[in-house]
Amino acid sequence: MNSPALGSSSAQYVTCLGDDALVLAQRLCEWATRAPAIEEDVALMNLALDLLGQARALLSYAGELEGGGRTEDDFAYGRDEGDFRNCQLVELPNGDFATTMARQLLFSAYQHELYRSLSASTDERIRGVARKALKEVAYHREHAAGWVVRLGDGTEKSRVRMAAGLEAVWPFAGELFESTEFTDVVEAGIGCDAAALHRPWLGYVTSVLAEATLEAPTTTSWAPTGGRQGLHTEAFGYLLAEMQHLHRRHPGATW
Amino acid sequence: MTTSPEGSPQPWPLWEVFVRPKRGLSHTHAGSLHAPDAALALQNARDLFTRRQEGVSLWVVRSAEITASSPDEKDAFFDPAGDKVYRHPTFYDIPDEVEHL
Repeated sequence: MNSPALGSSSAQYVTCLGDDALVLAQRLCEWATRAPAIEEDVALMNLALDLLGQARALLSYAGELEGGGRTEDDFAYGRDEGDFRNCQLVELPNGDFATTMARQLLFSAYQHELYRSLSASTDERIRGVARKALKEVAYHREHAAGWVVRLGDGTEKSRVRMAAGLEAVWPFAGELFESTEFTDVVEAGIGCDAAALHRPWLGYVTSVLAEATLEAPTTTSWAPTGGRQGLHTEAFGYLLAEMQHLHRRHPGATW
Repeated sequence: MTTSPEGSPQPWPLWEVFVRPKRGLSHTHAGSLHAPDAALALQNARDLFTRRQEGVSLWVVRSAEITASSPDEKDAFFDPAGDKVYRHPTFYDIPDEVEHL
C-alpha cells in the first residue's frame, strides 16, 4: 500500500464490501428449513455459503490492511451495530419468498457489476476475490432472475406478491450506487466508482423485469441511505444479536 | 407447491438426475428431486448434485417417463448371462492406457 492514509481508506472500503456479503449471508440463512421446497432450501444455503466465503476473504483482508491485528471473527462478532458498513438493502427482513428474491436480484445484479469491475483492480488480493466471486454471483443473479420471472409472469397471486416484494426493496437499491468517501481508493484503481455501476445494473434489472411482465417501481423522493456510515434499520440489531450472541457469551469458543 | 384449479395443493413432479463426472464418461444416475418443470429441475440439480465439481454435464428426466424392469422378473432378465463366460471380455489383455473399460 502506498501510504498509511490510502491503506486505512482501503481497509474501510473492503469492510463495506465484506459487510454486505456477511449480512446477506446471515439473512439468507434464516430460510434454512423454511424455504418453499427442500430443493430451494439447499439453493438458498448455497448462495449464503458463497457470500460467507466472500465475506471471510474480504474481512480478513480488511484486518490486514488496517494492520491492527483484527481477524475476520473480530469483524463479524466483535463490532456493534454502528460499526457495520453494509448497505441497508442486505439487512432488510426476508419477508416472503418473493421479497427475498427481489432483494437477491437487485443485490446480485449489483455485485455482478461490482466484481466485474474489481476484476481489474490494481490490488492483487481484491482482484483475486473479485474474479472468484464473479462466477458465484453470476449464478446468484440467474437464480434470482429465474424466480422473479416465474413469479412475476406466473399466476395472479404470485404476480401480486412479486410486485409487492419488488416495491418493498426497490428504494433501498439507491444506496448501492452512491458515490462514497473513497475517492482515493477509486483513483488508485483499487476500488471502483459505485455510481458508474448503475447504468449496466439498471439495464440488466430492467430486462429481467420486462421478461417478468413487471415494471420497475417509480422512484419516489424517499431514498433510504446511511448504511455505509453505520446507520442501520431497526431490524439490523436483531440480526446481529442472533449472529453474535454465542461469541459474545463465550469469546473464542470453538467446536 | 402449485395449486390446482380446485385449490388443493399439488406436489411438484419427481425428476431423475444424471451426472456426467467428466468428458469421456457416461452420465450416471445421481438421485432425484422435485421441480415444477425441466428448467427448474436442471437448476435444482445443479444445486443438489454438482456443487462440488462433481460433473460437467447434467440430464434431468421426469421419473414418470422412465420404464423400469420389474424386480419380480429379475432372474429371467439378468441370470441367463451369468453362465456364459464368452459373453464377458475376460479373454483379452487390456492395455494399461485404456481407461474406464
